[in-house]
Amino acid sequence: MRAVHRRAACRAALVAALVAPGAYGQGSAVDEIAKYRAALQDGNPAELWEARGEDLWKKPRGPKNVSLETCDLGLGAGVVKGAYAQLPKYFADADRVMDLETRIVWCMVQLQGYTQADAVKNPFGGPDRKSDMEAFVAYVTAEARGVKMNVALNHPKEQEAYRLGEKMFYFRGGPHDFACMTCHGDDNKRIRLQDLPNLTKPAGAQLAYTTWPAYRVSQGELRTFQWRLNDCFRQQRFPELVFTSDASIALTMFLAHNANGAAYNAPAIKR
Amino acid sequence: MADPMKIRATLAGDSTEVKVLMNHEMETGQRKDAQGKTIPAWHIQTVTATYNGKTVLSAQWGPAVSKNPFLAFKFKGGAKGDKVQVTWVDNKGDKRTDEATIG
Repeated sequence: MRAVHRRAACRAALVAALVAPGAYGQGSAVDEIAKYRAALQDGNPAELWEARGEDLWKKPRGPKNVSLETCDLGLGAGVVKGAYAQLPKYFADADRVMDLETRIVWCMVQLQGYTQADAVKNPFGGPDRKSDMEAFVAYVTAEARGVKMNVALNHPKEQEAYRLGEKMFYFRGGPHDFACMTCHGDDNKRIRLQDLPNLTKPAGAQLAYTTWPAYRVSQGELRTFQWRLNDCFRQQRFPELVFTSDASIALTMFLAHNANGAAYNAPAIKR
Repeated sequence: MADPMKIRATLAGDSTEVKVLMNHEMETGQRKDAQGKTIPAWHIQTVTATYNGKTVLSAQWGPAVSKNPFLAFKFKGGAKGDKVQVTWVDNKGDKRTDEATIG
């Protein structure tokens, strides 16, 4: 049980502190958290979201009562396997660059007949309301496990999205004059006990992007990349990053392309 | 019935290792909502695992168990192709039974 693992990790951390006073700092605390995480890998609740996502994906729903099985995620209609590793990308039928969640909304509207408003409703679940979108994302991303990230920048709109995302990454704003790079622009940065990946370098960019979506233990929910960006904006006290907005897609394009070459490894589990 | 569990059972030597991921909110009954009202307790109280009709694990759980509990246990015996059943009952009387084939 997870409760047992957490207590064991706490006990181990306490012993380490007693044995090496003064050495108890970033090193040993981070190691213990790493051990706790390793123990959590087995029994990742994200699998429950993957299973629910697969069920909902294949179920006929919406006013047109069709399933999402003919949705084209970039590799052809109905191809889910590996699709996430090449998103975001330009879709000719929509004449826009789309990330996974935007594309799923598109398929819900075009194929299943939902209104745009209904399709973007409830993107992030809570204890009293499950999010279908989080389940879809869990299912689709699980089908890309092990696939090398290969986000292309062929179409002019894809290149524009990347440039816009890069501009946003370095743009300082909000009441704290923060930019993404304030926290994610240097090595060995940490906030409280959370290590912050350096997203301006390939290693950090790859590690970060390939481990989302993830079951966030502190949230008790599976959180997607749109959620992660939305929460970053909240943490910086920026205005809300609207779900599937062009801004969110541009930032995702920048971060996803920077992760190219790494093997995709999600849905993962995080604190 | 509540949402399905994910059960994996593998034979390792002369014992079977079972791993179960359960879908449950596991509210302790001690949290308060935004209005200050206590969120009522809602958690699994009993878990039973059976193999060939015989109980191999029985547990009583309380509010200390986290949301979406993961349970791993071993029992002596088992054979490939046989079935292991896991049942939970929560404090509202809701229950869920799922089974897995030993692989």
